[in-house]
Amino acid sequence: MNQPELSKKFRPGESIIQSLLFLAGILSIFITLAIVYELGKEALLFFNDPDVTLGKFFGTTKWQPGIGQYGIWALVSATLTTSAIAVLISLPLGLASAVYLSEYASPKARSILKPILEILAGIPTVVYGYFALLFVTPILKSIFGDGIQVYNMLSAGLVMGIMILPLISSMSEDALSAVPRSLREGAYAMGATKFETSAQVALPAALSGIGAAIIIGVSRAVGETMIVAVAAGSGPNFSFNPLEAAETMTGHIARISGGDLSYNSIDYTSLFAIALMLFLVTLVLNLISQWVVKRFREQYE
Amino acid sequence: MTNPYPQDEAFHRLTKLRYFVANLWQAIFLSALLIAIVSLTALLYNVVDGAFGYIAYEYKKAPTEFTSTPIAELTKDELLVILKENLSSGAYGKLDKEQPMEERSQSDLLSLFLERLVRIDTKGTWSMTDSLMRGGEIRADVAEKYPNAILEFRSWLTPQFLVTPMSSRAEFAGVRTAVLGSLWLVGIAILFALPIGTGAAIYLQEYAPKNWLTSIIQTNINNLAGVPSIVYGMLGLAVFVRLMEPFTSGSLFGITDSNGRTVLSAGLTMGILVLPLIIINAQEAIKAVPDSLRQAAFGVGATRWQTVWHHVLPNALPGILTGSILAISRALGETAPLIVVGASTFISLDPDSPFSKFTALPIQIYQWTTRAQSEFHAIAASAIIVLMVLLLTLNASAILLRNRAQRKY
Repeated sequence: MNQPELSKKFRPGESIIQSLLFLAGILSIFITLAIVYELGKEALLFFNDPDVTLGKFFGTTKWQPGIGQYGIWALVSATLTTSAIAVLISLPLGLASAVYLSEYASPKARSILKPILEILAGIPTVVYGYFALLFVTPILKSIFGDGIQVYNMLSAGLVMGIMILPLISSMSEDALSAVPRSLREGAYAMGATKFETSAQVALPAALSGIGAAIIIGVSRAVGETMIVAVAAGSGPNFSFNPLEAAETMTGHIARISGGDLSYNSIDYTSLFAIALMLFLVTLVLNLISQWVVKRFREQYE
Repeated sequence: MTNPYPQDEAFHRLTKLRYFVANLWQAIFLSALLIAIVSLTALLYNVVDGAFGYIAYEYKKAPTEFTSTPIAELTKDELLVILKENLSSGAYGKLDKEQPMEERSQSDLLSLFLERLVRIDTKGTWSMTDSLMRGGEIRADVAEKYPNAILEFRSWLTPQFLVTPMSSRAEFAGVRTAVLGSLWLVGIAILFALPIGTGAAIYLQEYAPKNWLTSIIQTNINNLAGVPSIVYGMLGLAVFVRLMEPFTSGSLFGITDSNGRTVLSAGLTMGILVLPLIIINAQEAIKAVPDSLRQAAFGVGATRWQTVWHHVLPNALPGILTGSILAISRALGETAPLIVVGASTFISLDPDSPFSKFTALPIQIYQWTTRAQSEFHAIAASAIIVLMVLLLTLNASAILLRNRAQRKY
């Protein structure tokens, strides 16, 4: 009787397919390396320019590469101000919405309200920019009169807050839903009100997810371009006054690259230095948020 | 030992207070949600408000200078004659080269007539609520300031708006070039990102061993999802526009009159931008396929790829398609990377190959919004409505697909 062939049959097709899929998986690493390499290459050219020194970059507050001024703080201050306003708006509102949706809303109400938040999340940012410039700014002008400029950081910050609100709300709600019902029911059994349960039992248990949501929200606010490009202003201005016009890091990149740009100018390389900073800041924030979730996540059974 | 907790009367008072506080906070939480809803309504109202309203305009040259028939009654042949006589030969020739004049429609020729010869000078525009609420006031105002002006209620969003190409005059501009550019862009992006993204997801879920390399790849993908879109734009600028210029400008294929700022570069940049999104969604979809299906396939002797191709993928397909629809929505709405990669600021020719210059819907909205004249804001609002309708249809189909994918085994 013939011995059955028991060794594994050689299938070249399987190996080829596996290698192709592996390449597809590795591609993402290539993308990150490409980002770091390309941004770093041009940023290095920028910093190697004899006119640019680290002291000037981190020490001065005027950004005009054309005339030799390289103080990044002019742009960073605007990014900080707009992001701070955005987080100030979106954090309480987003968290409160999440608490309401997960603790108080009936399933029917939730099925109506959640899609509304998802619509808010899906609106393109340039539409938010339009809203900021043509609706919010006139309202602010009627409140502050001449104290506020047409382009200002407050309008951009407010609208950015509304844009980030659904993000914080959905991530916090996921975190709150992950808290087991048994904890809440234990609190109810002892006579706690719904608010006391939410505030003293559910929220602390979901804190890691909520913390991650906040950090991701900040990261999103820092990287946002269109709202600030349309509504916040088009000139670097070192100021923390939200009623003034200023240009953020992202808005500056958008404005300069939208015009005529020769490939070997200091303007071109300076853009990459700014983009590199942006990339590193958001990368660090995202890593911190993942660490927060891993470190502080409560394990239930 | 005395009982430290409140008793009887004090207990009742405390309980009442606690419940009052609880209801107060419930109202506060609800109002936060309501603020979000009110903002959304305000945004939609603002956009719709801007797309309709009164416009007051004057003709720079009286139409009677060109013809004695009233504008509404001009036929196509009469218009052809008028245009040929009054436009410079250079301008006529250029228009003819874009599209032969005889083939254009009557309304097309009429708007050319109004745009180039009669020339409209807009004196003012008003929003919809203004036009409806203060109509009489506006009429009096215009009659006083611009006695020669024509005041009419205009809907800036018309079917014609969708098929007219770009123009430097707001009254005659349409979004056709932009919509086609966006479609080309999204098409190239999906063509690039969907196979690679699905392949990467299949690798990570089905083939990858649980070692450090796999977790690095996974963390990396999650981080890429959070990178600001403008950084992707810079990457596209450095790699596709500059580094790969022979490829993206088409000079490798014999096209000589373009540079790297083509719809191909932009499409590839968008593809890289949505790649993490597609991978994460596809991973979720593949994870959701129950293991029993795979085990059954292995049990009858299928190879890994046979299992994936014939059993896992068909069941994960609705989820993967949902992910690709979300990616399309994202790619349609992104503006910042396109600005950096070099969307043309003014282009009136439809894109006809991957190597043509391009513009996109969000870019148009951005440019029109940042112009000072209010008529540009009106067409920006109309373009926003077009974009939102497109996105709404896409997202609705994604939700339908997602509901179909929730089949329980």
